[in-house]
Amino acid sequence: MDATPHTTPRQSWTFSNETNSEIRRAAVTGIYDIRGGGAKRRVPHFDDLLFLGASISRYPLEGYREKCDTAVTLGTRFAKKPIELKIPVTIAGMSFGSLSGPAKEALGRGATLAGTSTTTGDGGMTEEERGHSEKLVYQYLPSRYGMNPDDLRRADAIEVVVGQGAKPGGGGMLLGQKITERVAGMRDLPVGIDQRSACRHPDWTGPDDLEIKILELREITGWEKPIYIKIGGARPYYDTALAVKAGADVVVLDGMQGGTAATQDVFIEHVGQPTLACIRPAVQALQDLGMHREVQLVVSGGIRTGADVAKALALGADAVSIGTAALVALGDNDPKWEAEYQKLGTTAGAYDDWQEGRDPAGITTQDPELMARLDPVEAGRRLRNYLNVLTLECQTLARACGKSHVHNLEPEDLCALTIEAAAMAGVPLAGTGWIPGKTGF
Amino acid sequence: MQTIDLATTPLRDLNAMLQAQTDNTNQTSWEIVNPKGAHALAVGLDAPIEVTVKGSTGYYCAGMNKQATVRVTGSAGPGVAENMMSGTVIVEGDASQYAGATGRGGLLVVKGNASSRCGISMKGIDIVVHGSIGHMSGFMAQRGNIVVLGDAGDALGDSLYETRIFVRGTVKSLGADCVEKEMRPEHIEILRDLLERAGADASPEEFRRYGSARKLYNFNIDHAGEY
Ligand SMILES: Cc1cc2nc3c(=O)[nH]c(=O)nc-3n(C[C@H](O)[C@H](O)[C@H](O)COP(=O)(O)O)c2cc1C
Repeated sequence: MDATPHTTPRQSWTFSNETNSEIRRAAVTGIYDIRGGGAKRRVPHFDDLLFLGASISRYPLEGYREKCDTAVTLGTRFAKKPIELKIPVTIAGMSFGSLSGPAKEALGRGATLAGTSTTTGDGGMTEEERGHSEKLVYQYLPSRYGMNPDDLRRADAIEVVVGQGAKPGGGGMLLGQKITERVAGMRDLPVGIDQRSACRHPDWTGPDDLEIKILELREITGWEKPIYIKIGGARPYYDTALAVKAGADVVVLDGMQGGTAATQDVFIEHVGQPTLACIRPAVQALQDLGMHREVQLVVSGGIRTGADVAKALALGADAVSIGTAALVALGDNDPKWEAEYQKLGTTAGAYDDWQEGRDPAGITTQDPELMARLDPVEAGRRLRNYLNVLTLECQTLARACGKSHVHNLEPEDLCALTIEAAAMAGVPLAGTGWIPGKTGF
Repeated sequence: MQTIDLATTPLRDLNAMLQAQTDNTNQTSWEIVNPKGAHALAVGLDAPIEVTVKGSTGYYCAGMNKQATVRVTGSAGPGVAENMMSGTVIVEGDASQYAGATGRGGLLVVKGNASSRCGISMKGIDIVVHGSIGHMSGFMAQRGNIVVLGDAGDALGDSLYETRIFVRGTVKSLGADCVEKEMRPEHIEILRDLLERAGADASPEEFRRYGSARKLYNFNIDHAGEY
């Protein structure tokens, strides 16, 4: 036997197994990888921030005894009927088509029980969600699938979607497997085609046109409904300022970790800024215009816990919005379906081929048998519980910082664990007074 | 006939009055004077009324119209009759970009020319243009018919779904996946009816029909360059 010592076989960091598997996949299929979900790479996030808590100079509030309010009003600028929410967490827009009817119903039920709103998506408004959502935000998207004045009027708010964090500058996609007769009918498309929806609105370009578009929407709905503008985390300072200029009541800002129903992986992983990096510039824009709290800011993209909620609020958001976490609360990627995930060549937690419509949990599908696996009442309760936990956790942190309303949280309550997070969030690196780019070390 | 002067009546009051009309209103005839290019005029109507705008309009005139007949005696700005559901919109002059965008029903007639992106993403509306239409018209058009008595600009019907396009004059170029198709008797009938309803003096036999080759309906690597 050869006694010469060998070095352990070494995998390349650059050409990792994962990378090579993607090269092989591309070489065989000739098409980019399409998937659902948000960015999977690690980027600076709320985990890199900590609350300082109370001390001699700041006294805390007594848990459960002293009130810590969580109510939020959205749309106070122009709308005659602003939206009143009990909690600072809303359900983000997810299309019927990407999600099943029962999943939309479950989102409506859970949100309503928790006292918050839910949102339609790129596929129009369904009876399931209108019927089960006390407060429903109706998205106005480039595709305009199913758009009509009656649904606009029975919505509680209108969200003009300019972009999404997962794909700022990208349009929608829904592959043939999910374009069933019902989905096709709602979208005026042939059954079974791979639907590509536009990335730009068909009848306006730029902030001046958008202002007129918003005027039209307000005129059609009697100036009653709050008008949100949703932007992806591309240029948060300017996009927020332009949204305000165009007449938004609310700006919804979605960072790069934000989920999507289906998009090219290259888009999800390589376009847009992390949620953490988007909030301060957006808040700065609002402050520069004297509009902070006047135009509300809703932040989304990777919100999972009450700590994330509290940190987003402390950085200046009025509320947050959740997509992926809400789906997980309903039952998405649950290990109880592991055997079936394995059959699909994946594993619980990693399943993201939502575009294929074969979701074992019955959420991102239009297959009647799979859909039937989700009990909308039960799933709605789970979502309600989860929303309650987010709220309780957020209140816990706010009380620890001595705040009687979660909106009183502020950047001064935070420090950062990394230099990157300190720079992005504009809060000092832990143990120092250093905010990179703002103060000297 | 009710006459509303936009020089003295705020836009909000005008639209609220028109929107308040219901199916059995007896005020069926309205005239708007001094529009002076105002935006969002006569939007969101939902009653069988006739509205004549004396002059030219800005963006989104008659947006999301249902049932009403809206006539603009001048020209119309961008997005006239956008997302129309039903009813009729007639523009005596020219129409700017995105005329009839995303429209889901009803009839839009432009007596003059329509600019670029006419009928973009349309979903069931019928559009008849007596003059010519600009580039990228019928982009991603899903359902309904576009009829052009004049010529069509570049990239007609790009990424088309199931909308039928009829052109009497020349087509500068066809967009991705848009091809000329055979005129069958049923198309002649559709066209005859549309021409008649649009008050257009032309015979259906003079037109050519364009539609989707349906090659982009399901992703195929051999057409990747077209997407
Ligand atoms: C299944 C799914 C479908 C989505 N559909 C839409 C949509 O139709 N319109 C839209 O603006 N955003 C859509 N989004 C994005 C969400 O509205 C939201 O921005 C995002 O999910 C927030 O990030 P999070 O998933 O990390 O919470 C979708 C997201 C998911 C997960």
